[in-house]
Amino acid sequence: MTNLVYIRYELLRALRNRRFFFVSLGLPLIFYFVIASPNRHVHNYDNSGISLPLYYMVGLTAFGTMVAMVSTGTRIAAERQAGWTRQLRITPLSTRAYFRAKVLVAYMMSGLTIVLLGLAGSSLGVSLPAGQWLAMVGLILVALLPFAALGIMLGHLLTVDSIGPATGGGASLLAFLGGTWFPLGSHGFLFQLGRLLPSYWLVQAAHTGLTGHDWPARGWITIAAWSVLLVGGALYAFRRDTKKV
Amino acid sequence: MASPATAAPEDGIRLEGLTKSFRSQQGLVHAVRGIDVSIHRGETVALLGPNGAGKSTTIDMLLGLLPPDAGSVSLFNHTPRQAVDAGLLGAMLQSGELIQYLSVRELLTMMAAIYPTPLGVDAVLEQTGLQAIAGRRTQKLSGGETQRVRFALAIVSNPDLLVLDEPTVAMDVESRHEFWDSMRAFAARGKTVVFATHYLEEADQNADRVVLMARGQIVADGPPTEIKGRVGSRTIRATLADADPGELAALAGVASAERRGEAVVLVCSDSDQAIRALLERFPAARDIEIAGAGLEDAFLALTADPDADAPDPDPAP
Repeated sequence: MTNLVYIRYELLRALRNRRFFFVSLGLPLIFYFVIASPNRHVHNYDNSGISLPLYYMVGLTAFGTMVAMVSTGTRIAAERQAGWTRQLRITPLSTRAYFRAKVLVAYMMSGLTIVLLGLAGSSLGVSLPAGQWLAMVGLILVALLPFAALGIMLGHLLTVDSIGPATGGGASLLAFLGGTWFPLGSHGFLFQLGRLLPSYWLVQAAHTGLTGHDWPARGWITIAAWSVLLVGGALYAFRRDTKKV
Repeated sequence: MASPATAAPEDGIRLEGLTKSFRSQQGLVHAVRGIDVSIHRGETVALLGPNGAGKSTTIDMLLGLLPPDAGSVSLFNHTPRQAVDAGLLGAMLQSGELIQYLSVRELLTMMAAIYPTPLGVDAVLEQTGLQAIAGRRTQKLSGGETQRVRFALAIVSNPDLLVLDEPTVAMDVESRHEFWDSMRAFAARGKTVVFATHYLEEADQNADRVVLMARGQIVADGPPTEIKGRVGSRTIRATLADADPGELAALAGVASAERRGEAVVLVCSDSDQAIRALLERFPAARDIEIAGAGLEDAFLALTADPDADAPDPDPAP
């Protein structure tokens, strides 16, 4: 049974952290308007086949949602330091319900970023058929799965002091290597490296509608592999952490 | 081991042969060395001992947070995990802060929602004296207020067993009084309470029974009065200018005697006997005070020597 009251207050806690909002929502929006506004009429950005406003809409959504997902880790690290994780272990809240609440809240926070950048994109002329919007958002949500697990894993491995740089730096690096700031093209080292990363496929969600250019089998396999790896890592970190005195 | 081998209550709490060691840099630390405790439903038991006595380790095993190396825990005929899942347990762990970005009321509402049969949030706020700060964010509370909220969180599930690990550490004197009043009000509903403390007065004033722990073992177990009786140390102070301490120490009921200027201090094994003997032998004694020793002395006498085995006032057969 999903405990809606519990999840509601978990969400409220996340929403009340203003610093977090600046990074996952404010920063991507500012970058978006600074970069895309003067270039709103670039229709084929760097030979990517899509317009610059669309490319950056998805690129910065990728950055903001990655931050939103891994910020679960920041909350978990703080809860661990406060001894709250131990307190929860002497309540009937199951491990499954604990994880479900964390992941749901992370997705709801990501949903906010997706909606706001979608609106920002529309204001700069991004216009897609409803089906393509849905497909794009769907692909983004799927590609965020490994990041949900990454946030939980880091939260149970790192301390409050080290998790900020780790998640902030990690998300920025993954966004950079995934092509948030410029297309990686179709050959070369950055391209070869990028398409091994889940963040690359987040950005590629922008290509939905360009036949054959959104997610080939390789995209699905990459996301699935990262998901399995990081979910395993999250479970390992959680078990190791909760065994400690 | 001198713990009373009372028949295990079917419906209470039973710790049997509980043992736990940790590996540390100094080698193996035997935190808890095979303890047996049976607690009846409705009893309030203080787990008393100095730091490092094994109180917290025992409580962690009782709550199922730590698996014992040997021995077993039964809580109302359940394992700790089953008791936790059934919402029978409420606990205030030794250290712990509150999660942020919620008001006191919101935090209690959130946690109450996890349990099958919680108390009403308003009722808990009233019982713990938190109404006035119910709307305040948790990160803006003082240390004492935080402890009260943690107590409220421990009882919001309406647990059958309430476990408190050194609950008054961050509190001032007045908060302590209020805290123990709340605890006793909760216990009065037929609840079982186990609390750890190294404040001897707290155990004396708030428990039906004291389990005294030292070096991972139980060194005494009984009502607070019995613990005091087993050591029996009360002190007599009197102004008595010219008495030889050796002679005073030889009086019936006196364990040791000491001169402090004009005054003498007699540590007694039986103060009734000692005061009669003192006045008979030294009628000039005046300004006489007999201090009820409280648990402090029992505590010191029973746990002082780290090398001795558990002291036992009954001579070994």
